[in-house]
Amino acid sequence: MKCQHCVKLATVQITEVLADNAFEEFHLCEDCAQHYLYVTAPKKKPGSNREFADSTEKFCEHCGTKFVDFRNSGRLGCPHDYQAFQAELLPLLESIHSSTRHAGKTPRRPSRRFSAQELARLRKELQSAVLKESYEEAARLRDRIRHIEGD
Amino acid sequence: MNVSHMTSHLGEWLRGSGPESDVVVSTRIRLARNLAGEPFTTRATPHQKAEVESRLREVVELLELEQPLRYVSVAAMPAIDRQFLVERQLISRELAGVLEGPRGVAFDEPETVSLMVNEEDHLRLQSMRSGLELEAAWATIDRVDDAIESRVEYAFTDEFGYLTACPTNVGTGMRASVLLHLPALGLAKQIDKAFKALQKINLVVRGLYGEGSRALGDFFQISNQITLGKSEVASLSDIRTVIHEIIKYERMARTTLMREARQNILDKVARALGTLQSATMMTSEETMELLSAVRLGVHLKLVGDLSPLTVNELFIHTQPAHLQKLMGEPLDGEARNAARATYLRNRLRTAGSSS
Repeated sequence: MKCQHCVKLATVQITEVLADNAFEEFHLCEDCAQHYLYVTAPKKKPGSNREFADSTEKFCEHCGTKFVDFRNSGRLGCPHDYQAFQAELLPLLESIHSSTRHAGKTPRRPSRRFSAQELARLRKELQSAVLKESYEEAARLRDRIRHIEGD
Repeated sequence: MNVSHMTSHLGEWLRGSGPESDVVVSTRIRLARNLAGEPFTTRATPHQKAEVESRLREVVELLELEQPLRYVSVAAMPAIDRQFLVERQLISRELAGVLEGPRGVAFDEPETVSLMVNEEDHLRLQSMRSGLELEAAWATIDRVDDAIESRVEYAFTDEFGYLTACPTNVGTGMRASVLLHLPALGLAKQIDKAFKALQKINLVVRGLYGEGSRALGDFFQISNQITLGKSEVASLSDIRTVIHEIIKYERMARTTLMREARQNILDKVARALGTLQSATMMTSEETMELLSAVRLGVHLKLVGDLSPLTVNELFIHTQPAHLQKLMGEPLDGEARNAARATYLRNRLRTAGSSS
């Protein structure tokens, strides 16, 4: 695939998270990707300093690990961090591996983005949220379950 | 578990045979795997770690392999036994001493497979071979991985592959390492030149005992760096190409040395053997350097009555924990250096007489 901004080969895929369920995808060469990540993207959002602060304060809903924790320790908290911090991890993966997409062995069983165990855990949490009458929490969990099942 | 009986034999990786064993000591391939839906080890509570351990322990003990695996709790083990398993490369230094809480290792009697539980990742699978055996090591560990995968759900996505605690391992989770002995390149001061080619294709060089360890006695571990975007087979093929290059350089350097500096090499090997046969104090570093020269002598057929296997045995038996197990008592500093020298003197009493 060709880079969307120049004539070189696209080696980086950037997924911009616009709102809750809206994404914008870019296929860029390494140079254009660097430019996009460090020059274009910060300007797109109001207040580039705040944007930076947001990313360090970002945390994973599953294990509570903050992105700043990962920055300090170099270790992620749980498998879901790869989704929670995807925007931050992509340039890092690109610089470590010169790639952002797996090639190689896949588990024999059909791969799922989320596990059955995960769904069971969410359903249990939903039940207890309903029992505790924390409806906001319950609505959030219900949406997550629907999202996963529809995946 | 009593590890003392293990001193009577050597692990698979120290057999001293296998393809290209004049230069390649051993081949190791490890895979990093985590259970889906669980926090990674460093983020897990002691309770969660205990759960992961008991789940994986059960799975591992039910595996139907040619050689059954035996699970040992590392947390419950005395420090010296942990060190002993590190020296045999059955567990990492991290699992032995840095990490805390429920953790362990399962391995087979010939020491060809080891599975660490609650290392940085929930599961670290390892397969070991003597000589250059990338295909065989991969075939073994791939099979073990499949067998485990049929009983547990790994954290995996199509996009990022096997998810690991550290993004440097994500994707295949595979690190293939080849342990090389390069004494002639060392003597010719050509090591750096030989390794320059490595950086271009993203391979890393380390000392014998892994990350941060010094390259003692001209032993070097070469392994792949990239785990994302490149398949296991492609990675192994890259490593194989480079290893064959380096083997060629080392053999050329050995030939040149024998042609142009035969007397010097003979002298170096004879002095190394002489020191090992007569010294009364010996550090493990010096032992490593001297045995490195002896190993070169064995492969250049300058030392008649020593086998590569015996040299390997001396390497491992003079490591601190092995030495203390052999002597049957804890020894510190000077006492250990004296015991090491005595052990080497006794083992090498008659060696080198036919050279």
